[in-house]
Amino acid sequence: MHQMHGAGETGAVQPAIELRGIDKRFGAVHANKEIDLKVDKGTIHGIVGENGAGKSTLMSILYGFYQADAGTIHVDGKLCEINGSEDAIAVGIGMVHQHFMLVETFSVLENVILGVEGGAVLRDGVEKAREELKRLEREYSLNIDPDAIVGDLSVGLQQRVEILKALYRGAEILILDEPTGVLTPQEADHLFRILDTLKEQGKTVVLITHKLREIMAATDNVSVMRQGAMVAHRKTAETSPEELSELMVGRKVLLRLEKGEAKPAATVLKVDNLCVDNAQGVRKVKNATFTVRAGEIVGIAGVSGNGQSELLEALGGIRSASEGTVELNGQDVTPGKGVDAAELRRRGVAHVPEDRHRMAMVTAFSAKEAAILGYEDDPAYQKGGLLDWDAISAATANMMSEFDVRPDNPDLKAANFSGGNQQKLVLAREIMRDPELLLVGQPTRGVDIGAIEFIHKRIVAMRDAGKAVLLVSVELDEIMSLADRILVMCDGAIIGEVAASEANERVLGLMMAGVDPNEAKAAEGQA
Amino acid sequence: MDTFQLIILLLDATLRTSTPLILAALAGMFSERSGTINLALEGMMLGGAFSAAAVAFYVGSPWVGLLAAIATTIALSLLHGFACITHKGNQVVSGMAINILMSGLTALVGIALFAQGGKTPALDKGSRFQPITFPGADAVQDVPVLGLIYSELLSGHNILVYVAFLAVPAAWWVMYRTRFGLRLRAVGENPGAVDTAGIGVVAMRYRAVICSGVLVGMSGAYLSTAQGASFLQDMTAGKGYIALAAMVFGKWRPFPALAACLLFGFLDAAATRLQGVVLPGIGEVPVQLVQALPYILTVILLAGFIGRAIPPKALGRAYVKER
Repeated sequence: MHQMHGAGETGAVQPAIELRGIDKRFGAVHANKEIDLKVDKGTIHGIVGENGAGKSTLMSILYGFYQADAGTIHVDGKLCEINGSEDAIAVGIGMVHQHFMLVETFSVLENVILGVEGGAVLRDGVEKAREELKRLEREYSLNIDPDAIVGDLSVGLQQRVEILKALYRGAEILILDEPTGVLTPQEADHLFRILDTLKEQGKTVVLITHKLREIMAATDNVSVMRQGAMVAHRKTAETSPEELSELMVGRKVLLRLEKGEAKPAATVLKVDNLCVDNAQGVRKVKNATFTVRAGEIVGIAGVSGNGQSELLEALGGIRSASEGTVELNGQDVTPGKGVDAAELRRRGVAHVPEDRHRMAMVTAFSAKEAAILGYEDDPAYQKGGLLDWDAISAATANMMSEFDVRPDNPDLKAANFSGGNQQKLVLAREIMRDPELLLVGQPTRGVDIGAIEFIHKRIVAMRDAGKAVLLVSVELDEIMSLADRILVMCDGAIIGEVAASEANERVLGLMMAGVDPNEAKAAEGQA
Repeated sequence: MDTFQLIILLLDATLRTSTPLILAALAGMFSERSGTINLALEGMMLGGAFSAAAVAFYVGSPWVGLLAAIATTIALSLLHGFACITHKGNQVVSGMAINILMSGLTALVGIALFAQGGKTPALDKGSRFQPITFPGADAVQDVPVLGLIYSELLSGHNILVYVAFLAVPAAWWVMYRTRFGLRLRAVGENPGAVDTAGIGVVAMRYRAVICSGVLVGMSGAYLSTAQGASFLQDMTAGKGYIALAAMVFGKWRPFPALAACLLFGFLDAAATRLQGVVLPGIGEVPVQLVQALPYILTVILLAGFIGRAIPPKALGRAYVKER
């Protein structure tokens, strides 16, 4: 694997990638500050950092999606001008994007050859491509049907198509941007095995993630980014999750949430046989039956898209039930029959939706406008039939100080807050109404580690105050550290319940993939 | 006139009335499959029709007229592309703007050049596309059934009719069997995938709207220099929109779009045929009703029957790199 290119440095192995002084601004945002990075050939190199630390921007620059304002890129010791994806491909860089860059209506084969068709008429190239795909599949054990339509494949397989695409283009360096966000733990394990195979074949892998566990498990070296700057480089074997998280945040962070025993009391929410259909008439929630008691946090785990979003939205009153009933403190509140989001809020149900920008707030609003959304009818916010802006400003200021929202300016546009601060404002709006039941979806999506700690503490505080909490999250770590009981959803059905004390990642992962809970536990017992 | 002959004549008229729809529907398909909504078909068709008639009148050749029509519609397509692709403007607004612009501009220039109230002067035989008679068409005319089909239905159309029908398999081949087609369809579904594959999204979309321009130019020229003998103000009378509807009805695919165009063309031809005809049990069919049929059908089909047509995913959305 020794390839000599640099004229002056004969004898030394050139790093596969070397970035020198990469600098990039988007308007006022300084996304990358004079980044230096060396990635050794034939290694798996992790890049960690909080959301917004500049990891994705840096990799987009390397892949030619953006151009750096300053700095140079060297591949195998040679200075490269990368002005577009085609340049990156030409020097052997391939990228698996966080949001897959696939044409869902195309077959696997068509997706793979897009851009490297091998002739103006497809027929000539296609057969050659088919042979080449077979070879790649054998070599890297990436089994996949070349004629399958990509939209019909699971996300795990779609990701494999992305990897194949890069390999087909002769990639020697593969960049993966947050590759495990949409995978079950088992699929993620499979991915890491694939990455190991790639490494054995001499490829170089750059893995971008905010999950420290993956860094520790899969990488040889790791670089840490914080607020646009590269703050540290470590050998994975010589560091620890604690050290990395401290480097990411810039201060000590409690990785494990400390909380006391739950003291569940009376049943607050009783869901019986609930079914929810989407707009196309497809049944997304199938016969869900469960309860949530006062003083406990019930977590719903599952791979994104398995009905948990629809369940949460139905309980929040923004989707109708097709079948089944929902009771709140013994009263029927089945969504749809005269029970909408406003009615539920009047009855003491607070809802923090999963998608902050689409459902929880209007980003074009000021913070104080966002802070009363859904409660604008409250007499406290009214004066003579008009909104009482003084009272609203005061209430918003109170929320901001209570939930540590920064900057604490009620007139600032919601879009100008960081994700974590937006989320804290939404949580403040909902929690400070002192609801009976808190429905909360993905409370820490796109939120930095410091704010995660805070948000988790507030949710536990809700529980300790004797409120019922239903938590939907695709982050297993979050579910396991917050919830007292865990329900697992797969394909719209709740396939089992696990007490938090008995939960571990393997059992939950198997259940998320649809394995019967008893079998999952048995399989775990054997392992 | 016996029933069979009537049917043949009706189908013959169907071919003639559906020709501009087919060309325009294919034009729409190329544009929309690449992600650019092309509501401007109506205005482009009008512009093409005017240029063709005006130039054919001065030069005395329908071919030069055709080239002028195509040049006009390519220019309009580039304008549409400049607004929608380069500047990421609202594609519906840009399309409507072109339609309104061309409705007025063709009349204005027509009056300025010819002073005939917006019309262009009638074209003589040599300046129009003439019917092509197939060899032996006259000879077999009296052979029962097949003779009439050959001589009336197949033979005796102008070149653009044949071009339109050949354009359908050609468009299919380009769309599904060539590199260009693969990339074009990809850019309308997920421009990000095209960009990361190292292909320019903007260039790809421009090439698609240029294809669109070429086809709709032929459609315009057909109206004024083949089917008709001059340009009349607003002579397209909604054909651009009907073509667009046919394309949507055909789910953005060439052959189903052809079928939809033939259906609309048939209704149009039937409307002409049914004028003054007394149908048993119904009496004389009101002409207005029959003339309104294609439009009524469009509304019904679009509202009810094609609910599940899935448009290209990135249709109507300018490509902005994510941050």
